[in-house]
Amino acid sequence: MKNPIEHLNKVFDSRIRLGIMSSLMVNEEVSFNELKELIQVTDGNLASHLKTLEEHKFVKVQKGFIGRKTNTTYSITKSGEKAFKSHIEALEQMLKFLE
Amino acid sequence: MDEKSQHLDSIRDIKKMMERSSRFISLSGLSGVAAGICALVGAWFGYGIVHGSHGDEIRNNLLRLRDKEGDISLADYAGNSLLKIGLLTFAAAFVSAFIFTYIRSRKNHTPLWGTTARRLMVNVCVPIAAGGIYLLTLLKYGVFGLIAPGCLIFYGLALINASKYTLVEIRYLGYGQLILGIINLAYPGYGLYFWAFGFGILHIVYGTVMWWKYERNSGDESAVHNQ
Repeated sequence: MKNPIEHLNKVFDSRIRLGIMSSLMVNEEVSFNELKELIQVTDGNLASHLKTLEEHKFVKVQKGFIGRKTNTTYSITKSGEKAFKSHIEALEQMLKFLE
Repeated sequence: MDEKSQHLDSIRDIKKMMERSSRFISLSGLSGVAAGICALVGAWFGYGIVHGSHGDEIRNNLLRLRDKEGDISLADYAGNSLLKIGLLTFAAAFVSAFIFTYIRSRKNHTPLWGTTARRLMVNVCVPIAAGGIYLLTLLKYGVFGLIAPGCLIFYGLALINASKYTLVEIRYLGYGQLILGIINLAYPGYGLYFWAFGFGILHIVYGTVMWWKYERNSGDESAVHNQ
């Protein structure tokens, strides 16, 4: 049997990135502040993880305004969805493999 | 095994985040129990009016209203004590349900008002508002026998709709109300009993089950964790 560990995506190693991807999978878009509340991290920490995901083209950013306040929302890209799904599959495979 | 538990944790995290970000999970079982008790108290007062010493008088008034012109204006109804009891019951149930859910959201450290709460509210309010307009029209034409089944049916539909945006088990409460309302259609004179059973007993049963399932060991972080 092939070792499924090679299918695990290194980008999703952090809990925060897992959290971001999970909530973007089930919502069309999520704002920065909502992500912050959901995952309970600091602004800077969340921003840097979002940046990494953005660089991998797994998430896309929409900048907008609510009144005069900036409202940044994030959504998942097609390739992000695909990568995350195969990551979950790999996790499941790993669990079976380790049994 | 360490590696294994790490992967299990990841999967659990993913599931939790998906639930948390898409469903309103702070809805407390105790809210259901409180609303059910309010409904039973309301039904008790309602019963007192319908079957009490003034019962005949009120029924005759209603019949007179109906026969008068065919239509009944809402102003005629505003003085009706049954309607007042209904509104008061609804307000009491809403407030007490809100309190328990508020407490639970504090405990879980999840915000009470956010995207998930807003989505839940919209999806409950749309069928309820349509039902409300429909029921007011029934009142206007004096079709009193269909009011209680109408309440149950529209409330049931609202709950089934809501189950996509909060704890899924609420769907069964919705089916219960819906079935009860449909049975009630065959027994139009017994609306108050069906109403008390649906809004009172079913709420209490649902609330107790949910509390037992998710909140009994208080201090739990969220409903998802207990599954």
